[in-house]
Amino acid sequence: MTIPIEYGLLLAAILFCIGLAGVLARRDVIFMLMSVEVMLNAAGLAFIVGGAARGSADGQVMFIFILAMAAAEVSVGLALIIQLYQKFKTLDADSASGLNG
Amino acid sequence: MMSELLWLIVALPFASSLALALSGKHLSRLATAMIGVGSVGLSAIVMLLVGQDFLHANPVGTPVHQTLWQWINVSGFSPAIAFHLDSVSLTFVFVITFVGALIHLYSAPFMWKEEGFARFFSYMNLFVGFMLLLVLADNFLLLYLGWEGVGLCSYLLIGFWYKDPANGYAARKAFTVTRVGDTAMVIGLFILFTNYHTLNIQDILHAAPRTWAPGSTIAVTTAFLLLGGAVGKSAQVPLQTWLPDAMAAPSPVSALIHAATMVTAGVYLIARTHVLFELAPIVQATVAIIGAVTLIVAGMSALYQHDIKKVLAYSTISQIGYMFVALGVGAWSAALFHFMIHAFFKSLLFLGAGSVIAVLDNEHNMFKMGGLWKKMPVVFWTFLIGACALSALPLITAGFYSKDEIIWQAYASDKGSITLWLTGLAGAFITALYTFRMVFLTFFGKAKAEPAYRPGIAMTVPLVVLAFLSFAGGFIQLPNNMGHVTLFSQFIQHTLPVTVATASGHAAEWIAQVIAAIVSIAGLVLAYRIYYNKPFPAAEPVRSPIQRFFFQGWDFDQLYDKGIVQPIVFLSRIDKNDIIDRFYTGLASIAGLFNRGLAATQNGKLRWYAMALGIGAVITLTILLYT
Repeated sequence: MTIPIEYGLLLAAILFCIGLAGVLARRDVIFMLMSVEVMLNAAGLAFIVGGAARGSADGQVMFIFILAMAAAEVSVGLALIIQLYQKFKTLDADSASGLNG
Repeated sequence: MMSELLWLIVALPFASSLALALSGKHLSRLATAMIGVGSVGLSAIVMLLVGQDFLHANPVGTPVHQTLWQWINVSGFSPAIAFHLDSVSLTFVFVITFVGALIHLYSAPFMWKEEGFARFFSYMNLFVGFMLLLVLADNFLLLYLGWEGVGLCSYLLIGFWYKDPANGYAARKAFTVTRVGDTAMVIGLFILFTNYHTLNIQDILHAAPRTWAPGSTIAVTTAFLLLGGAVGKSAQVPLQTWLPDAMAAPSPVSALIHAATMVTAGVYLIARTHVLFELAPIVQATVAIIGAVTLIVAGMSALYQHDIKKVLAYSTISQIGYMFVALGVGAWSAALFHFMIHAFFKSLLFLGAGSVIAVLDNEHNMFKMGGLWKKMPVVFWTFLIGACALSALPLITAGFYSKDEIIWQAYASDKGSITLWLTGLAGAFITALYTFRMVFLTFFGKAKAEPAYRPGIAMTVPLVVLAFLSFAGGFIQLPNNMGHVTLFSQFIQHTLPVTVATASGHAAEWIAQVIAAIVSIAGLVLAYRIYYNKPFPAAEPVRSPIQRFFFQGWDFDQLYDKGIVQPIVFLSRIDKNDIIDRFYTGLASIAGLFNRGLAATQNGKLRWYAMALGIGAVITLTILLYT
């Protein structure tokens, strides 16, 4: 049986909103990074659903790109988190607000 | 033809000033002095060559004209950089370069130990250049360039020791007060240009009598505005207040700028534009009245000064008052003769006073001097000759011949009157009194301070030369009844008209001369009785209100402060928040408000930024979906 495209896109939108809510609500940088991963996967899911609906492989190619990019982003992000912890002895993202106007 | 070299007289000081300004830091003091003094000295030599040519021109007194290049050429307005040399400008050029060179020579040892030695000579040379430009200019625009240039140099040199705020204040005051007159003069020049469509001096002087009726409103207005400029520059009442403060300058500067040359620029301007003043008899009478008032006002102030340089400053104002009297009664050559002789003896007195001040470790107060005549014989004898010339002791001094001619013409000329004559005599009495008060206090009596050193040869040579001129310079122009030598007045008459005399006769002239002589000797004797060898306390005395009034220069400063400065300050204070200011401050505060609001969004919190991003995305999507 085929899943209607609306369901897939709705799931992607819900996932994206959950991720966004996580980024906005959480103060811990690790959780924020995880929420960003959720948002990235939501976007990837939307691509796959779209590709499947059109019967082409473009969506899946795009998802692989996103995966690779996410892996790179996580490695940089974790490195930054370690630096942040060493400097502030906390993982609170609000503590690193030295660049305010 | 040597007169081809005319431009060189002006160019030399300018070039040297530029050279010293650019490379003064890398030159040794000796090289600086050589360039600074040498350029003006060379200028004086070129002046002698050009003057020689001028005197042997055929016919005698033919003006030399030299156009260097076109300065501006815009729709009919085409002033050129051009020089016009006639007997009046030659007299001024002679004094500027010759006396200027002597003062430069004196300055070299005088300023040797000062910081900014090259700066000093750079300014001095620049001054000489601008002053020559002023007197040689063939059009009013170039004249005005020189006029403002000398004002600038005066400002720079009064504030030469700029580390003392009082000197900076004196410099600003001199600049601001003369600006009042300069503004009037500029308006006068505008009127001349709108009427004649040229600023060429000779063209205007030729055209004026044909187009303007004598005593017409426009002629009176123009002459009055030009007189305003002359009054400001020449420190006459009511704009005289800057000159006593200008004594903050080093003594050679006072000698060159504030005695010999720049302050007589007003005399030059009136003599140069004499046609306009003759077209406005009321203004010419005003010139005489201003001169008469000034010579009494400044003379009385000089009597009460303690600072030796301030005595000389007030004396300068007073002597220029005599020149104004002469200009006012149409005694043109007498005015210029007194200008020349005054330049000799007054720069001599300033240089002498400068030597005294220098060797007494910067002591200006005459009551703390005394007994110097044995210790500084050269300075004493030359100073005495200068003082005799200033107080116009009869027969032997040049000052007698120049001042006596003015006093006589103040009575004898067709524009003269008995009042002017009496004022001149009163002024002569006061002059002799304050001059010998100064001499007796400074050089006689008990010595109160020991000179630190004696002035060297480079300082005494200018004194001796100037003393010789203050003594011998008078013999080129003797009164009708004594020898009747008229070398100077004949020379000036090539350019300026002869004085019209109503009173004449040797008897009247003899009587006038004897009275003038008695008056000046009486002043000397009175000074001798009061001040010779009397013990005066060195401390500042307690002054009665009258004494304080004269000491402060008739309270003109207080008057201007109360009448002009304070009301303007008050008005600007209450006017600070008027509607226009409110508009602009409103604009600024609105901008400030935006700044504060937008700066608050940049709080550095990552989640805040993400939220803004999210809200932005939602709004964009909403707009995309529902429109």
